Amino acid sequence: MRIIVCIKQVPDTTEVKINPETGTLVRDGVPSIINPFDENAIEAGLQLVEEHGGEVIVITMGPPQAEQALRDALAMGANRAILISDRAFAGADTLATSYVLAQAVERIGDFDLIFCGKQAFDGDTGQVGPGLAEHLGIPQITYAIDIEEVTDREIQVRRLLSDGFEVVRTRLPCLITAVKQLNEPRMPGLKSRMKAKKAEVEQWTCDCIGALADRCGLDGSPTSVMRVFSPTRQVEGERIEGETAEEKVCRLIDKLRDAQVL
Amino acid sequence: MDFAFTEDQQELFDYVREFCDEKLKPYATEVDQKREYPWDQVNMMREMDLMGIPVSEEYGGAGLGFLEWAVIGELLSGACTTTGAVYGAHMLAEYPIMFFGTDEQKEKYLTPLATGESVGAFGLTEPGAGSDAGSVRTSAVKDGDDYILNGTKIFITNGGDAEIYVVVANSRPERGMRGITAFILEKGMEGFEFGKNEEKMAYKSLSNRELIFDNCRVPAENILHREGRGFQVAMETLRVGRIGMAIGAVGLSQAAYDAAVSYALQREQFGQRIANFQLIQAHLADMATELQAGRLLTYLAAWRKDQGLPFEKEAAMAKLKTSEVCAAVTSKSVQIHGGYGYCSDYPVERYMRESKLFEIVEGTSEIQRLVIAGQLLKEAQI
Amino acid sequence: MPIYIVAEECKGCKLCLPACPYGAIEMVDGVAVLTDDCTQCGACVSSCKFGAIKLERVEMCDVDTSQYRGVWVVAEVNDGRLADVTLELLGEGRQLADQLGEQLSLVLVGHEVEPLAEVAAAYGADKVYLAQAPELERYRTGPFTDVITGIINRYKPEIVLIGATGMGRDLASRIAARISAGLTADCTGLEISVEDRLLYQTRPAFGGNIMATIVCRHARPQMATVRSHVFLKPEPDHNRTAEVVEVPVSLDEKSIMTRIVEVIKENVDAAANLQDSDIIVSGGRGLKKADNFELIRDLADAIGGAVGASRATVDAGWIPAYHQVGQTGKTVHPKLYIACGISGAVQHLAGMGSSDCIVAINSDPSAPIFEVAHFGIVGDLFEVVPALTRAIREEFGG
Repeated sequence: MRIIVCIKQVPDTTEVKINPETGTLVRDGVPSIINPFDENAIEAGLQLVEEHGGEVIVITMGPPQAEQALRDALAMGANRAILISDRAFAGADTLATSYVLAQAVERIGDFDLIFCGKQAFDGDTGQVGPGLAEHLGIPQITYAIDIEEVTDREIQVRRLLSDGFEVVRTRLPCLITAVKQLNEPRMPGLKSRMKAKKAEVEQWTCDCIGALADRCGLDGSPTSVMRVFSPTRQVEGERIEGETAEEKVCRLIDKLRDAQVL
Repeated sequence: MDFAFTEDQQELFDYVREFCDEKLKPYATEVDQKREYPWDQVNMMREMDLMGIPVSEEYGGAGLGFLEWAVIGELLSGACTTTGAVYGAHMLAEYPIMFFGTDEQKEKYLTPLATGESVGAFGLTEPGAGSDAGSVRTSAVKDGDDYILNGTKIFITNGGDAEIYVVVANSRPERGMRGITAFILEKGMEGFEFGKNEEKMAYKSLSNRELIFDNCRVPAENILHREGRGFQVAMETLRVGRIGMAIGAVGLSQAAYDAAVSYALQREQFGQRIANFQLIQAHLADMATELQAGRLLTYLAAWRKDQGLPFEKEAAMAKLKTSEVCAAVTSKSVQIHGGYGYCSDYPVERYMRESKLFEIVEGTSEIQRLVIAGQLLKEAQI
Repeated sequence: MPIYIVAEECKGCKLCLPACPYGAIEMVDGVAVLTDDCTQCGACVSSCKFGAIKLERVEMCDVDTSQYRGVWVVAEVNDGRLADVTLELLGEGRQLADQLGEQLSLVLVGHEVEPLAEVAAAYGADKVYLAQAPELERYRTGPFTDVITGIINRYKPEIVLIGATGMGRDLASRIAARISAGLTADCTGLEISVEDRLLYQTRPAFGGNIMATIVCRHARPQMATVRSHVFLKPEPDHNRTAEVVEVPVSLDEKSIMTRIVEVIKENVDAAANLQDSDIIVSGGRGLKKADNFELIRDLADAIGGAVGASRATVDAGWIPAYHQVGQTGKTVHPKLYIACGISGAVQHLAGMGSSDCIVAINSDPSAPIFEVAHFGIVGDLFEVVPALTRAIREEFGG
């Protein structure tokens, strides 16, 4: 099987701190990681290849430093890594991003499956996977929690819904987005990490994938960010003081009653 | 002079730290309470390629140095002392085979140790031979191409759970120290049994068993180094073993110190955080200073080992300093925690119990002082 | 977005005929031809094995925005009822439509869903676009995308709103990519800029630490998925009526690529409980071990709330994942959220930060959870939580 996994490098939000003065994110020195759901996507690809043979190709659209995310994926066991990077891609929204990825996938050609994470940790949109499937004209299965069966022509997947599960079957090639519970991504050993440091990461530009400049980046993005601001809090927090736990609890209950919460 | 890690080293340690924070630290108390050998943790170390850090890639290792081995050991111990102890004891079998083994022995025994397929253990201590390693009673009698071992080892870390053992026995009692020979043994050899697992003050899940040799037949090809050179094997092993103890002590001290700082910052008395009190601050300052001194001694010893320089004195200094620092730091951490520190809900009481180990094993503090003095005086006379 | 068939490349295989939900392809002289019924929904493109059906994208700046009118809500139907989020969006959509001086319409796609048109009217819809077929009984990406894209292309709405649910996110992304519309995910605020008729779409990013307002200036429609429980469900007015526009569709199961094998309703209690509950009591790493979740369950039981959990506790295996609140778990908006021993990592705050009232109990006074808490108790949760449980039981006899 040829499996393509699309990943994104995101800031590690577990280490993002909030500036108490301004209420904004402190992004300096925040390490970058593979979007956690994308790790599930990589793991899913690796497991299928271990079972059925084939290769896992991991791709990302991003700035040059996104190469590190690809190396991390190589360390996990991906066979090939492609960085799709070009100034023309800057400012892309989900539509422009999915277009670029689709162009890259078409250049890779002849694939059986595409895996994506269900959404990225920074943007949280979950729109790129389905957008990519649409550009390629292939079916999609979002929120996959279990790959139940893969044959030459079809795949059966259990989806995680808010009120249970749904088992669906569709034909290959198709695109699948992974939720956290799909698997436990492997932590690669030191040896594979050292090997991945030296491995080749292919670099593809806008021209390489034959993307039309006016469909990439800002020009190809129908949406634009007009304003970014910190969420305002309506209420100033109040500390409940007291000598004993009982005393604090009593005061809390009074406050909650005053606020008509209880 | 350069105190900074290289970029590669830093990246490596960050990665191991992430592993420790995510996979080890949250379960450390559970590991201790389970009273079962920490196989899950061992398997994770294997998957992470942590079992053969200084072993060459040819034999399945990571091809790094003892400094990397030391820093990684410190991180492991800081996250889960039991796992750190397994890591340290494993090296006591790995290192002598790496240092003295023949190509065949390395192929057969070092590779599974370095890949983590097998866990290793080192058998020196006997009921009557602790610090006095020269007086081992376990006998090895030549019988054709084999040796027949009889006797008992005690307190052997990883004993019973390890598959590969480096054991010293006396093949020529009349020659004293020069009669001692080191052998590589495999679990399952006929006549190689395990005795009781010691009930200890701490490290409840770590195995420290007796190794019992009852006419255990070992082929001569399993002699490590040469016949009669077992004392040398043991001493060389202990040199690295002392660095291993020191990293364990540094890791544990760091964990106890971190716990103390975070508690001091959150605990309020007299209307303010106790970290505001100068007496608490003095404790923290002392702890941090001593901890750092011990750490630097340890890194120095490991660095000298990697540089091919003599490191026996530095290893002994590191072991002496860090084990005493560890006892003090863990005790102070309990003190800063007050009554809560004495309760098992907080890990610091366990840290305090665990710390005592470092002052005892791999040569007591008293022995370390003798080793250091011996080296000092030797250097002074040259 | 014109679709056309290149006659020279058409082999006359007729595969595209059943693929068209609008029955708008005919065979003329052995070649497929699009009829006037074509909505340019795009369903036929991938059915052609020979690449004879082409879809050309209209340049964004060439879109005549004045042709697009009205506010639409795409219905989500669960067990024969309109989902709460759909009703909430009708309420919000009504206000947006009034500001624009346009109609509010509901796109209602499913099987035997016609009675819901009345419900839509009561909740504010002026018009209902109704497409029904047995194949649309349960949501599937392919046919829903084809049918709704067709309706959008034919009737050209200015704004399309969809619930940011599993279905809504799956569907909206696909439609937006097909018609090159701008789509904003997971909005928590919508506003009309009256002078330029733009929809200002506000959404949280970075796990709720930053809010961003997004606009879509040139492409149409302006599409957004909107979180549930953000807008209030309006009071229904059963005297209102709506014009029902029936959109005839014909689907062929054989040309639908995806088949639903099984539907399993599970964890409904815990999952639904959490998101529908007015009160949630959550436990974090401060509980120290699995057994101590009893304290949380006791309090939840006393106060009549559901049990939530931080990611750390789920990862440690103390409690099943469906209790998890946060970025990788569930997003909740209860009236009262009590966080016990939760430090308040940004991912957790992302999942509960918009609760009406947040109470934090934590021994660390500098824990970030206090930054968002309306009421904070600095103290040992092992003392405070049982005390609170006792006090609630005494007070309310729970």
